[in-house]
Amino acid sequence: MSFARRWFWAWLFGLPVLALTIWGIADNQRLFLVTALNGLTLAALYFLVASGFTLVFGLLRNVNLAHGSLYLLGAYVGWVAGEYLGSWFLAVAAGFLFAALMGLLLQIGVFRFMHGQDLRQTMATIALSIIAADVALWVWGGEIYQFDPPRWIIGATALPIVGKFPTYRLVLLAMAIVIGLALWWFLARTRVGMMIRAGVDDRAMLSASGIDVQMVFAITFAIGAGLAGFAGVVGGTALSIAPGEDTRYLLASLVVVIVGGMGSVAGAALGAVLVGVAEQFGLAYAPTYGIVFSFVIMALVLAFRPQGILGRRA
Amino acid sequence: MNERRGMLIGLLSTAALGVVFAGGAQAQETVKIGLLATLEGPFAAGGQDGMRGAELAVKERGGMVAGKKIEIIKASSDAKPDVAVNATRKLVEQDKVQIMVGPLSGSEGIAVKDYSKSQPGITFINGSSGAQATTLVNPSPNFFRFNTEGAQWMVGLGDYVLNDKKYKKMALIAEDYAFPYSQVQGFMAGYCKAGGKVTHKAWVPLGGKDYSSVIAKLPTDVDALLVVLGGADAVNFLTQYEQNGGDKPMVGGSITVDQTVLNFKGKRRESLLGTPAAGPMADSIDTPAWKKFVADYKANFKDGFPSPSLFAFVYYINMKAALDGLEAVKGDLSGGQEKYREALKNLKLQTPVGEITLDENRQAIGPTFITEVAKGADGTFYNKVVKTNASVNQRLNLPKEEFDKMGLGSRDVPSCP
Repeated sequence: MSFARRWFWAWLFGLPVLALTIWGIADNQRLFLVTALNGLTLAALYFLVASGFTLVFGLLRNVNLAHGSLYLLGAYVGWVAGEYLGSWFLAVAAGFLFAALMGLLLQIGVFRFMHGQDLRQTMATIALSIIAADVALWVWGGEIYQFDPPRWIIGATALPIVGKFPTYRLVLLAMAIVIGLALWWFLARTRVGMMIRAGVDDRAMLSASGIDVQMVFAITFAIGAGLAGFAGVVGGTALSIAPGEDTRYLLASLVVVIVGGMGSVAGAALGAVLVGVAEQFGLAYAPTYGIVFSFVIMALVLAFRPQGILGRRA
Repeated sequence: MNERRGMLIGLLSTAALGVVFAGGAQAQETVKIGLLATLEGPFAAGGQDGMRGAELAVKERGGMVAGKKIEIIKASSDAKPDVAVNATRKLVEQDKVQIMVGPLSGSEGIAVKDYSKSQPGITFINGSSGAQATTLVNPSPNFFRFNTEGAQWMVGLGDYVLNDKKYKKMALIAEDYAFPYSQVQGFMAGYCKAGGKVTHKAWVPLGGKDYSSVIAKLPTDVDALLVVLGGADAVNFLTQYEQNGGDKPMVGGSITVDQTVLNFKGKRRESLLGTPAAGPMADSIDTPAWKKFVADYKANFKDGFPSPSLFAFVYYINMKAALDGLEAVKGDLSGGQEKYREALKNLKLQTPVGEITLDENRQAIGPTFITEVAKGADGTFYNKVVKTNASVNQRLNLPKEEFDKMGLGSRDVPSCP
């Protein structure tokens, strides 16, 4: 893409967005900022779910369509743990550990046997997600579950201009940033992270240099799944958990990683921000058509940059 | 590994064969009834309870009507019309059910009603869907609804909150589909006529979950909010409204403070106390028939709610109507079910809340209740009856001209800013 053409596109999309932003601030400063903040905090949640999804895809080339089920099961198990242990923090830990364990079992028990067979993996993960959804409905029923986090976390915080804003959403944003940085550090600075990155680039070579590839796969899958379970508890606290959340977050993760670029953690962050912000502005300024915006973004990305904004050509 | 795979395939094909044979071995003495409710999506909790209600009606008759065994075949949708129609098609065309009971939600009802026209040999009875248009616009000759609908349920609530609660100015937040349109119309028809103002309407997508930006946009100069959201959406909205520091009192739609919402698993429910709402039933109706219904529900479903939800109740009466109709014709479904339908039309259905009859569009005329959320001695939340409307018809008890002039409920109708 030439320099001039790149700027042409930047102008084409940038100018209207800029104009709308100026109008939005001039029209109602508070609403605009609240919406932006809501968008960022929703993006934080999307990032938590999608980062695990994209991590698994990047290394294993495996579109895990049971990722949403890991989110939901992690949330339910976290809820049960929270109810019995009486601590929300233990609930978060339980959600992460349970989903990570499930991920490990999935990798060792299922995906190891169908490496590189895309269609078979897809069918298997769809099947697993349907089974998981029915098992969850059987065990936990159709009721709506809500977590009971510590008092200080669920109140409202006064911010300049914005006024009262839910403390929890700010906590959520901070958590996503911390996790994003931790993931970056893990991938860029640790030995296992190096192996994962090497595996993303060239699996055969990594294996040839004497690394136990299956172990790297298992670790990656466990972390990716654990992040989904973690997001389940954290997201379930911000909103609620109920049957159907699995497909909702699977769809959200898919849109996020398609926009951001499959396999890129930074891409997942960028995609999450775009989708989250678009969704919230849609809800605030055009409630009826809000849901369309994230799909418009996806369609545009697919049309002009099919590998995703930060993705590499396969 | 290969062996294991072989075994799996073997198991699967056995299961498939089993299904085929079960379908083939159809005895003469059974009547097949399809039962459709949402076991996925925003109304999963309601759908589950709706199934309980329908099962209760079958159990009351010991699974037999006029010497014939009742076989229930269940299917699930996720509150989307296309999914509901596909599930109904599956029940009608593959499972060959003779009577259909369902679906659960508003837009689904309209879609299934339209589909029913292409299956004149089958009788369709509503589940709990409550969109006005289902029976008011292009009614289908073989679609029956024994429950009053969304607009009827809200009749009288407008007067009540204006005159008794003194809420003179309100904002509304509701899901953007047929059922809430009806609910809002039922409320606003009375509220606007009595002089109330609704200054802001927020229509949000069904299953939207994150309402923070909608909440940020709500005006602060109103006396109360009318919240017509159901199931998980309602819980999400209430939580987020509280987290955002919202403090306006709320008025609920018929499924906003239903048992499925009042009993969500969490501790932040206190803010719901005192919320007025209206619907075709209430948890605390003081009649022997209602108490018996509640007791039967509790005895049969240990895993159910402390008290049957609206969905359980409405599915119960529709299934009961299906069976009472069968009883009246001694299980005779011959002749394109002509006799059966005649019996349904003339049915004077005895329900736990009183008698329900059908109008010329096969739509129920029946009682509705105005309620307030209260806390029982055992800590469970329930809806206390504060007013009863003995009988409400689909024109909201308005003269025909006045109702026709107002038209069907929609995003913009009625309006009194």
